[in-house]
Amino acid sequence: MAAIVPISMTVGANRIVPAVAIPHPLGNPALPERDERELRLRLVKKGLRALQTDVEKQTVFDG
Amino acid sequence: MARGRYRVVHYLNQFFAQIGGEEKAGIPPQVKEGAVGPGIPLQQALGDEGEIVATVICGDNYFGENIETAAEAVVELVAPHRPDVFVAGPAFNAGRYGIACGAACTAVRKRLGVPVVTAMYEENPGLELYRKEVFVIPAPRSVQGMKETIPKLAGFVRKLGLGQPIGLPQADGYLPRGIRVNAFVERTGAQRAVDMLLAKLKGEAFQTEYAMPTFERIPPSPAIKELSAATIALVTTGGIVPRGNPDRIEAASASKFAAYSIAGTDDLTADAYQTCHGGYDPVYANEDPDRVLPLDAARALERDGIIGHLHEEYYVTVGNATSVANAQKFGKAIAERLVAAGVDGVILTST
Repeated sequence: MAAIVPISMTVGANRIVPAVAIPHPLGNPALPERDERELRLRLVKKGLRALQTDVEKQTVFDG
Repeated sequence: MARGRYRVVHYLNQFFAQIGGEEKAGIPPQVKEGAVGPGIPLQQALGDEGEIVATVICGDNYFGENIETAAEAVVELVAPHRPDVFVAGPAFNAGRYGIACGAACTAVRKRLGVPVVTAMYEENPGLELYRKEVFVIPAPRSVQGMKETIPKLAGFVRKLGLGQPIGLPQADGYLPRGIRVNAFVERTGAQRAVDMLLAKLKGEAFQTEYAMPTFERIPPSPAIKELSAATIALVTTGGIVPRGNPDRIEAASASKFAAYSIAGTDDLTADAYQTCHGGYDPVYANEDPDRVLPLDAARALERDGIIGHLHEEYYVTVGNATSVANAQKFGKAIAERLVAAGVDGVILTST
């Protein structure tokens, strides 16, 4: 889970979930605390979905 | 600088000095007058301008087993000959010889202030160890390359002997040392970059100013079949560590990774955790470390049975100017531990 997808691609990550921003990949200080936690939960769930998905090549999960 | 002929001292191992093979690899440093072995064609290439006044010889095993004392002994043997240049090899792909050449050159340069040069094959271990210290002329892998290497080596010895300035690697035929030199250029970086891009789009050749390291491609692991039975671990390169950074993970160029227990912890808080990563604005991570290592979310998913188990440790390093070699090393080591601990999948957060 990282903010700059091209970097993840370059270094060879196979399952990539785009994150929010470099200093807060799984957070957003502009949001109220509850919304931020929901955002984080959503992103981590996306990560878990990626782990449950078979991939043949590098895949970005941004749906 | 010497008037008349510049003086050269040459370094060879026991084999090229025609003393013997492996059985003589233990001979200690010694010196002979004039040119020996490959020093003879080297002398021919130097012509009347330079003179190989002495050849220092040492067995590859002797050197390898006593690098510092052998290098010192070589320096002592070189000094009385007052050379203007010290040249070692060519070592081709002979590892012990390449290391001896590099070490001997480095010692002579540092202790006697004499310009030095050696030659070896690109994969010679001596290159990685000494390329920053001494000039290295590229040589082929095998001794068959002697004929093509001697003139190149002689050319460089000549430059050093005549006190001529040494330019960039490509111009003067030596291997890049990884030393940056400032230069003025007519066209701005933006213009040069656009030129390169246009050439690339047209399928024309272009010269990169910065070569990208190549990264390995790892085959994807199979998907997790039963997430509710799986053990998931959290890993981060974002430097989230217990407050005080007890293991002193470096803010840049990390030399290590660490594992910390999160057993019984549901949430990373500012009083207990911090980031030690020096490459991003730490404010947000320090306020709430979950923004980088999503412990609160992972714990909630464990509580709700979405994942079977959250691994009781998380792994951390700092991904700021981490060498590719170290990153690979850490990754492998962490993976081995996670596999041994029965972890099925990892959420890895990078900053």
